Amino acid sequence: MATRAPDIAAGRLSPEQYAVNFSDIHPPLSRHEALVEADRCYFCYDAPCVKACPTTIDIPLFIRQILTDNPIGSAETILSQNILGGMCARVCPTETLCEEACVREAAEGKPVKIGLLQRYATDTLMDEVGEQPFERAAPTGKRVAVVGGGPAGLAAAHRLAMHGHDVVIYDARQKAGGLNEYGIAAYKAPDDFAQDEVEFVLSIGGITVEHGKALGRDVQLGDLRGAYDAVFLGMGLAGVNALALEDEALPGVADAVGYIADLRQAEDLGALPVGGRVVVIGGGMTAVDVAVQSKRLGAREVTMVYRRGAEKMGASLYEQELAATSGVVIRTHAKPLRLVVEDGRVVGIVFEETAEQDGRLVGTGATFELPADMVFKAIGQILVPAALNGSAETIGLDGGKIRVDAERRTTLSGVWAGGDCAATGEDLTVAAVADGRIAAESIHRALSAG
Amino acid sequence: MANLASNFIGIKSPNPFWLASAPPTDKAYNVVRAFKDGWGGVVWKTLGTDPPVVNVSGPRYGAIHSNDRRLIGLNNIELITDRPLEINLREIKEVKRDWPDRALVVSLMVPCEEQYWKDILAKVEETECDGVELNFGCPHGMSERGMGASVGQVPEYVEMVTRWCKQHSRMPVIVKLTPNISDIRQPARAAKRGGADAVSLINTISSIIGVDIDTFSPLPSIDGKGSHGGYCGPAVKPIALNMTAEIARDAETRGLPISGIGGVTTWRDAVEFMALGAGNVQVCTAAMTYGFRIVQEMITGLSEYMDSHGFTSVDEITGRAVGNVTDWQYLNLNYVAKAKIDQDLCIKCGRCHIACEDTSHQAITSMVDGIRHFEVIDAECVGCNLCVNVCPVQDCITMEEMVAGTDPRTGFPVTGEYANWTTHKNNPMAKPAVVAEPAE
Repeated sequence: MATRAPDIAAGRLSPEQYAVNFSDIHPPLSRHEALVEADRCYFCYDAPCVKACPTTIDIPLFIRQILTDNPIGSAETILSQNILGGMCARVCPTETLCEEACVREAAEGKPVKIGLLQRYATDTLMDEVGEQPFERAAPTGKRVAVVGGGPAGLAAAHRLAMHGHDVVIYDARQKAGGLNEYGIAAYKAPDDFAQDEVEFVLSIGGITVEHGKALGRDVQLGDLRGAYDAVFLGMGLAGVNALALEDEALPGVADAVGYIADLRQAEDLGALPVGGRVVVIGGGMTAVDVAVQSKRLGAREVTMVYRRGAEKMGASLYEQELAATSGVVIRTHAKPLRLVVEDGRVVGIVFEETAEQDGRLVGTGATFELPADMVFKAIGQILVPAALNGSAETIGLDGGKIRVDAERRTTLSGVWAGGDCAATGEDLTVAAVADGRIAAESIHRALSAG
Repeated sequence: MANLASNFIGIKSPNPFWLASAPPTDKAYNVVRAFKDGWGGVVWKTLGTDPPVVNVSGPRYGAIHSNDRRLIGLNNIELITDRPLEINLREIKEVKRDWPDRALVVSLMVPCEEQYWKDILAKVEETECDGVELNFGCPHGMSERGMGASVGQVPEYVEMVTRWCKQHSRMPVIVKLTPNISDIRQPARAAKRGGADAVSLINTISSIIGVDIDTFSPLPSIDGKGSHGGYCGPAVKPIALNMTAEIARDAETRGLPISGIGGVTTWRDAVEFMALGAGNVQVCTAAMTYGFRIVQEMITGLSEYMDSHGFTSVDEITGRAVGNVTDWQYLNLNYVAKAKIDQDLCIKCGRCHIACEDTSHQAITSMVDGIRHFEVIDAECVGCNLCVNVCPVQDCITMEEMVAGTDPRTGFPVTGEYANWTTHKNNPMAKPAVVAEPAE
């Protein structure tokens, strides 16, 4: 077999094409469109959409406020439950949350465009008012440490600041925002929205951000517990799952999370190298995000390979369709068997087809090979428990994540947790915001009682 | 295709859809366009004395919209025609000559002195139009000058001017009534006494359509001020239907031909007016909202309806519902209906529940066995119909008559016997014996 030179190159497209490919995937509603769409809401009793929203935003109320041309009031309704309502309006898989529950989905298969209406309201407030609309309560003198400046940490910090507590956020990266800044697909939140929103959240005051401070490296949980009245852990998942294949560390294999972070931080997308043939392993949102973005960077062939059936994918049906319409080939029922290595780098990957027998996944013995200039691992992220060292006591875990109760209290006194690092539910921005807000209220109750 | 030909007080038109006297009928240009699109007739916008009136040069209209900006109600402060009388008369004559099969009626409004009416009737008669309509309805502007609604609000004036017109003209006379009055039967009776061939109603309703809540000017705003206008469009239809029925079933005016006006937008609206006694209908707001072409929907819709009901003439529709309009005291208090929710159609919005729970009779569940489920509790349901009205899904909730058994709410048997308030035991004025509804 002849040696295959890897086809990895930057600048595959014209600057105009990059701009088009990474522009807003769902353009915002105009005022007219928003008013027409808002009129479709039935103002349901005990609305199913509210129940389906992890942050239980009063959706019928905020839509009615749009309808009466009160978008600022509408945004306040949204933000009172979800201070990151702007980002959630952009990235929430609404098709599996509020919009799936919308009664108009049952009535005619066309739910009210709740996500876009939420964006209309929150964008209007952010554009016209600029600052977040809530006032701080009188200072309590209590101090709370928040580890991680992502959605969970920001939501917790904001709510704690509202209640008059002083908050210090320790964030491992140079910018706050967490996955909103480093993880979400670029076309879902263009124009530096993540940083605008961080500023918006912090504009309440009483929150200090310590950048470049990672738990376990620069700060220790035990010290934070001693120095603060309460600690909230919302540092996400720093580790990525491995394929457990030989040669996984060789060039040509990358983890999707790291690549997406590079993409999000790239000043010039044309300078970011991408393979001509890209294989993505995984079936979740991250897999779709890296596959679609690779395609939009100019990759010729992008194949997503998932070990089970499409119905088991973590990516919603909408995300799967987005991948398909972007030109990504999705192959299901195949698991990676071995990497093909030439001249010290990975040039392809061999898969074994799978079948489900009595609910168990088994290899059928049939194999196929996909040539690949780049292989992305997108098979999940994991908590690195070592980062929690430094505490005299060990924190309770549950399925590899931090165990919390309904109020997001961990097994350690004075320590709460939420977001992806906590064992609470789905790894969604909106779920992280809910955790942060719920934990903040619990912390506030605890501090007020003490 | 049913035969839609209409003969209203001897005025023939190929269908019963006329354009009302209003901006759409102010000029030959508009009227010819309307006839080309199929309108059966027009009532030419009201003529007055020269020199012509002057309109404002700012907004004349204001509107009520649904939230997706469908126009539900329109109000206007426009006056009668502001063109010289001679131009109007010449155009009327030409249009009638060119369109002999269409109805062309001319609306009139001059001061309340016999000579004015005598003079203008003579001029109008020369156009060979089909009839005149006396504008006793316009509630704004002209009424300040002692014309329009200020005549229509005084039955004696209505009778007097109608009598002059019948005296000084051979043309059929339609008297257009104002709804800005407490009992519509009074001016209708006066018109009949004066010899009117027909009445037309309703003219517009006095209204302020809205207020600019930044400048605090009433709308429409003319240099920061507003004046009441005349309200029309779909929103006024229920008021117009009631007034039509009141005249149709009144002992004194029963049989007096009626031209129905007020929010007619579709063929269905037209059938409703005719069922309540109108011989034809006049349309304005629907045309002003969508253009003249809407008449084609009206024509085909009415035709389909007549065919499906076996009606061979539009006259067979006129008055069919009049006998069913009665006073509340004669409604059957033994009639029992209960709401029923079709679970297959229900989309679980819960609006029926919250409307009933908050504002009515607590007769609809929201949860059954821990599951979101909306079902009528017959023992609480008074049959009020509110749930039907608020349900967003067609035919999902219906009112079902109880024909036998016991009403679980009252515990009374359902007998099917008619009984009304006049004999009810709770009525202090109850008559001793069962009195049936008087024959109409």
